[in-house]
Amino acid sequence: MKCRKCGDRAVINMRQHKLALCGPHFLDWIPDQALRFIEKYRMFDADSRILVAVSGGKDSLGLWDVLGRLGFQADGLYIGLGIDGGTGYSAESQRKCEAFAEAHGLHLIVVDVAEVEGATIPTAASLTNRGRGKPCSVCGLTKRHVMNRVARDGGYDVLATGHNLDDEVAVLFGNTLNWASGYLARQGPVLEGRDGLIRKVKPFCRLYERETAAYALVRGIEYIYDECPHAVGATSIYYKETLNRMEADRPGMKLSFYLAFLRARQQGLFAEAADGPTDSLQACSTCGQPTTAPGQCAFCRTWDAVRARQRVSV
Amino acid sequence: MTVTLRLRDKDYEVRAGMTIRDALLQIGIEPDSVLPTRQGELITEDEILQEGEHIRLVSVISGGSLPSDPLGLGMRR
Repeated sequence: MKCRKCGDRAVINMRQHKLALCGPHFLDWIPDQALRFIEKYRMFDADSRILVAVSGGKDSLGLWDVLGRLGFQADGLYIGLGIDGGTGYSAESQRKCEAFAEAHGLHLIVVDVAEVEGATIPTAASLTNRGRGKPCSVCGLTKRHVMNRVARDGGYDVLATGHNLDDEVAVLFGNTLNWASGYLARQGPVLEGRDGLIRKVKPFCRLYERETAAYALVRGIEYIYDECPHAVGATSIYYKETLNRMEADRPGMKLSFYLAFLRARQQGLFAEAADGPTDSLQACSTCGQPTTAPGQCAFCRTWDAVRARQRVSV
Repeated sequence: MTVTLRLRDKDYEVRAGMTIRDALLQIGIEPDSVLPTRQGELITEDEILQEGEHIRLVSVISGGSLPSDPLGLGMRR
């Protein structure tokens, strides 16, 4: 297969775009696309201070790389979760992020959850009822809390995450299956900041996961190939595999699903559902971060319970 | 002679002479879920498999705690 732009050997064929590209043209195409989405959805501008949440994976390190190539000022945030899984998963993820930052002369902020909160994510999950024994719920709650705190305390304008189209479509699919209209109303490339919540953006939201993985490979980014050990059997992966089987028969189906959803949302299909519980945000009595619950936020409630159970067990 | 396709730590053996796409479908791997590499170089799925070669497949799917709630406020559901 030949590159459509120069006729050299292609390294990737993107059937949904009817576009095959060689390595150099693909490495130009990805930042061009990301910039198009950054501008189209008014994510940030050249003067913005951006905090990129990095995990050591292909998407977040690819995003950090692309933002740098586009000339944006972006610092990285790595959250150490203390997940081992027999492979030293968190330690290896952190090494990948630190190596990337050092190689590119970028500033990386590291927050170690066990140092700050007193327990790793797997330990915390084992001491709470949240998530029914799976650490993913405590993990997600903790990451969102830390990301918001670091972004606000650091005076950043925006938090950028490496969510790709497959991530977005998997969430959309799950929320549609459950008719979670309130969540559907708020999903999109940009989540506006308000009442202490940092503005969140997803510059890769229209790039297929296959494209972000290919970018990391062709660009020579050293990322962690292993999946989080706790992600095995995750519903999100099941949804992605299901959607990929549909995409195989109908190239472009995932992108059409997402774009049609964004159009419907823009036309007000979910407007009523958007007037939900977030209208009554208030400050957590312990940490001051916004919460819908009276008193403590879910993060403080969960971690206070973890620390209380740790004291009992000593 | 066969060709070896390796995904993570698992090897699959297929006949030489077919395309990577056909080989992936034969062993039950969705072609869009992996990226094939030959000697470290990314290649497209229409490439013909050569006798005795080793193709490394890079999985593109990652997952975990994708939040249903974009605001992530930990609301009780």
